[in-house]
Order: sequence, then structure tokens, then C-alpha cells
Amino acid sequence: MLLEQIINGITLGSIYAIVALGFTLVFGVLGIINMAHGEIFMIGAFIGVLITSVLGLPLWIAFIAAIGVTVILGYMLERIALRPLRGKQGVSHLAPLISTIGVSILLENLSHHIFGAGNHPFRHSFAQIQFQVGSITIYLVQILIFVISITLMVVLSYWLSKTKAGKALRATAENLETASLLGVNTKRTITTTVILASALGGIAGILVGMAFNSVNPQMGLSMGLKGLAIIILGGMGNVKGAMAGGLLLGLAETMIVAYGDSGYRDAIAFITIIFILLLRPQGIFGKNTAEAGR
Amino acid sequence: MRNSFKKVYLLISVLMVVMLAACSEDETNATSEKSGGPVSAKIGVISYMTGPGAAYGEAITNGFNLALDEINEKGDVKIELIIEDSAGKQDQALTVAQKLMSSDDIVALLGPTLSTEMNVVGPEADINGIPIMGTSTTAAGIPQIGEYVFRNSIPESLAIPAALEKAVNKYGAKKVAILYGNDDLFTQSGFDTMKAEAENMGLEILTIETFQKGQSDYNAQLTKIKDLQPDLILASALYNEGAVIMDQARKMGIDLPFVGGNGFNSPQVIEIAGEASEGLIVATPWFGEKDDPKVQDFVKKYETEYGHKPDQFAAQAYDALYIMAEGLKNAGVADRDALRDALAEIKDLDGILGKFSFDEDGDVIMEPTVLIIKDGAFQQFE
Repeated sequence: MLLEQIINGITLGSIYAIVALGFTLVFGVLGIINMAHGEIFMIGAFIGVLITSVLGLPLWIAFIAAIGVTVILGYMLERIALRPLRGKQGVSHLAPLISTIGVSILLENLSHHIFGAGNHPFRHSFAQIQFQVGSITIYLVQILIFVISITLMVVLSYWLSKTKAGKALRATAENLETASLLGVNTKRTITTTVILASALGGIAGILVGMAFNSVNPQMGLSMGLKGLAIIILGGMGNVKGAMAGGLLLGLAETMIVAYGDSGYRDAIAFITIIFILLLRPQGIFGKNTAEAGR
Repeated sequence: MRNSFKKVYLLISVLMVVMLAACSEDETNATSEKSGGPVSAKIGVISYMTGPGAAYGEAITNGFNLALDEINEKGDVKIELIIEDSAGKQDQALTVAQKLMSSDDIVALLGPTLSTEMNVVGPEADINGIPIMGTSTTAAGIPQIGEYVFRNSIPESLAIPAALEKAVNKYGAKKVAILYGNDDLFTQSGFDTMKAEAENMGLEILTIETFQKGQSDYNAQLTKIKDLQPDLILASALYNEGAVIMDQARKMGIDLPFVGGNGFNSPQVIEIAGEASEGLIVATPWFGEKDDPKVQDFVKKYETEYGHKPDQFAAQAYDALYIMAEGLKNAGVADRDALRDALAEIKDLDGILGKFSFDEDGDVIMEPTVLIIKDGAFQQFE
């Protein structure tokens, strides 16, 4: 049972981590919390359902379609909800946050209108492939989710630290004006970041659909809140922090259910977060506030 | 600039005063007009139409609208529905209820959808003396709120024991695991009934697990339950969560029958969970396959209109409007107090749920049917 619960925890944690990666990217560069990220994730899941269950097309097309749609959403989010507010005189620093909340409400209700309120099953033969190890059943999907999340983390870390685009992104994060004076196309960098984050959300959406077989218009909200908690836990704007925080929260939640009382699942998970933050206010992987900048 | 604003405000306030005056005049006229001819009345509907439980509101308002067309066509009474959204929130339910109650035109309220909402709206309606009927509020104590509060949905305290008893007898169950949503009055009340009934029947409760609305991962709870090897799983869940729970349980290799409450009873369970839904046992007033022309007629009409099979919530809403219409017809006037008295008198009204009567509290008297999902459909459970 312990092993099974650990697998459950890692699966849940990996999904949390991918969601949190999207949050952390946008926060790292723009210094804002993208409240629409959860809803973009939800749209990704719905595209997955639409392609595989309704149209009966193979899974890889679902991934491409979900990434395609979420990329478009990310671009529109940046162009319509974020860019017009940036650098304007007299715009409160909270304005982009509020405008992403607006986008999230819009997307939730839109998908409610298009797909209906209920749960949609994600029927795909791939989700049924399983191994039997002793009394434990492991699904290929669970392994896939873990591998995808680790791969995404490694690729993102490499991209951020080694490539030119990644360096431009970090420079933009450090100081928008200086980066732009040094010849970084900050507009394009920011757009890339938001698009990348959205695509991550889309991938996470499909994975959740496959793992838990439940997709509904409200799933974005709870997943979004968890993602938010995770980036605070892991350190705002930190890729490794998002990964570690996600796995930690997923495992903690599962273990509390397994060996404690499931009624206290969220309570204990969040109390743990509070304690960690009391000890390390900058988060597990966060830099000290003095050098963190933005 | 300033000055013109002031003028605009003045104009608006004058207009508002005039409108208010006009409104009150209208209303006095409206009530005195209603003698002779069919009674015409406005009924307010409070329903859960946006948010996580919007599927219920959808089914319920569909049921109302279907009944409305039929009733108005028949012409014994003329009803107009004014539908408001509660979003499943107590405060919003209360706000829209107050808005509806404050209009003297409205003689009765239908809804709200959740028992949680009814607990705040019911007392308010009772104080204002407006009859209110819940079509989906099944928690204990709802009709006891006051003499203006009714319901036509059978309470969990009637449905769950009926289902549990039959399941325990059939499978010879001794050990059970309970799973319930702990953030909703409805599923919580269902859990209380389950626990009390299980203890009553001398069953051993191995574990009690909880979950929250909109959760997508139940693997942790289910792994724990699987490990304890119960004979039967009791799940007090709404169908959206319940179907996913069954799906994940079957994937994990749990083949036990599930006993569910009222909210678990929906054809959507089969649609969402597919084969995994086999073995769900529920007691319900609503059985869509019943060999009754009235029922089949309703199912067919509903399907052509909305594209899918009606569930219990649509059926209860449909019957509820017929009960209101009967009450209005018997009352003879569109008056709140007369309607209340007429409603309380209703006995053996033939609906699609069966013969319907209110007891002295305004609660339901009805015999539930126990159903099981088998071969991809709800069937009578013997």
C-alpha cells in the first residue's frame, strides 16, 4: 500500500509541478501572478477530450492541438490583457493581476457554455495500459506524467541558463528597461514567456485528463490555487522550486489521506506550507530577498 | 462638467421616483385584476446555473420549462417563470430570493437547488409568507423550517436506508467503507444517514474518507479503501464526483458494488464512467425506464428538446411545476396564502415520479425504487 500511495503522490505531484512551472515562468519575468493559467490548463484538457474521445484521433494529435490552442490563448492573453497595461502611466501594479482574473472568468464560462457543466471522460486506450507488479497496478500514464514533468523541468532549466533566448529572458526578468537598452527584444521575450507558460498548462491539462479521467470547466480553479501555493513554497520564479514544491505537496496530500484523515488533506498540506515559509520566507529554492530583485 | 453631472443625477433620481410610483400602482392593479378566467401567476425560480454544480440547474430549469409549456398549453392556469441564478452560493441565493419576494406579482418560489441554500432562503420565505418548494433539496429538516416551506424531492433519510438494506441483504455485506464529500450539506447529510443506518444494521465501518467538490484525484482514498477490503462501499457523492470515483476505483481493481445517495442517481454516471459505473445501487423516486406512458412521454419530449436523457432533477422539477399548477388551480386566485393552503391539501397527485402527497410538514410521502446499473443501464434491483 505504501508503494501504491507513493506512486499516487508522485503522479499528483508531477501534475502540480507542471502547472506550477507555468506560473513560475510568468511570475519570474513579469512579476505578476497569472490567474488565468488554471483556466488555460482546463482548456488544454478539454481540447484533449475533444480530439481523442469525440473525434477519435490519436493521442499525439491531441497533444499538438492542445499545445496549439493554448499557445494561441497565451498570445491573446499577452496581447489583449497584459501588454496594454504594461508601462503605462498611472496603471496600478495590480491591474495585470485583475485583468488575468477577468480572463480566467471569461474562459471558465466560455468552456461551460461550449462543453456544458458536467465531467467529461477522457476515453483513450493509452490511459488503460497498465503493469502488474505484485499486488500493485501501475499505469503507463503515471510513468509518462512523471517523465514529462522531469523532462520539462530539465529542458526549461537548460534553456533558461544556457541558451541565448533564455539569457534574454532572465535579463528581462532582472530589469526590463536595461535589457531593452542592451538590445533584448523585450516585447518578444515576454510574449514567448507567456506562450511557453500557456503551452505547459495545455500539456498538464491533457495529462490530468488521462490520469484522472475527469475534465470539467471548474478544474482550473483548484489546480490554479495549488499551483500558486507551490510556487510560493518552492520560491517565486524558480523552476527547480516549482518541481520540488509540486512533488512535495502531491506526496504530502496523498500521505495525509493514507495515514491520517482525508478531511484534513488540504488543511495539513497548507499548514506545512506555512511552516516552511516561516522557516524560509523566500521558499525552498528562493534566493535571499536582497538579491532576488524581480 | 460638474454641473452637467449633477443634472444627470437629478434626472436619474427623478426618473427612479417616478418609476417606483408607477411600479406600486401596477402591482395593486395586477392583484385585483385576477378574478374570472384562468388564474395567471408569476413564479420565481432560484436555480444553480453557473459554477461547479451548474449541471443541476440546467436539468432543473429544463424540467420547469418543459412542464411550463404543457401547462400553459392546457390553459387551466397561466404561469410565468422568472428564473434567477444562485450560483450555488448561499448569499447569492438569498439576494435573488429577496429580489423575487419583494415583487408582489410573484406568488411562489421554486428552488433553490442546494439544501445549503434552502437553509438560508427557507426561513426568509417563511417570514415573508410566500410558499417555497425545493425540487432537489433532500437534506433532513428542510420542510420543518416553516409552514410555507415544501419539497417534492424524497429525503436522503428515506432513500439511503432503502438502498442500503437491499444491497446488504443481497451481498451479505458485513464490512463497509464510507466515502463522502465534506464540503456540501447535501452529501454530508447523506453521509450522516449512511453512517447511522450502517450502525443500525450492525455493519462494521472500516474507514470514513472525505473529498471535496471538483476534486479530480481520488486515488489516495481509494487505495486506502482497497487495502481494508470492505464488502461494500457507501458513497455520498454528487454524480459528477461520484462517476469519477467509480472510474478510478474500477481502474484500481476495486470491483465492489457502490451504494449511493440521491445525488449519485443520474444517467450521466453511465455516460461519464461507462463500464466502470456497473454495480452502483441507488434508491430513487425517478426511474426513466418505468413502463408508464406518462414517464415515457416525458423522456421522449425531454430528449428531443435537450438532446440527452432527463435525470431525477429534471423529473422532480417537472413534477414540482405541476404541483404548483394544481395548487394554483385549486386556490382559484393568485394569492400567496391561498396557494400555501391549497398546496398543503394536495393528495395523490399523479406525476411522473408516482403518486404524490405532502405530509403535515410539507415533506414527501412516496415509495422509492431501488435501482442498480447493469449492462449499461439503470435496472430495478431485486
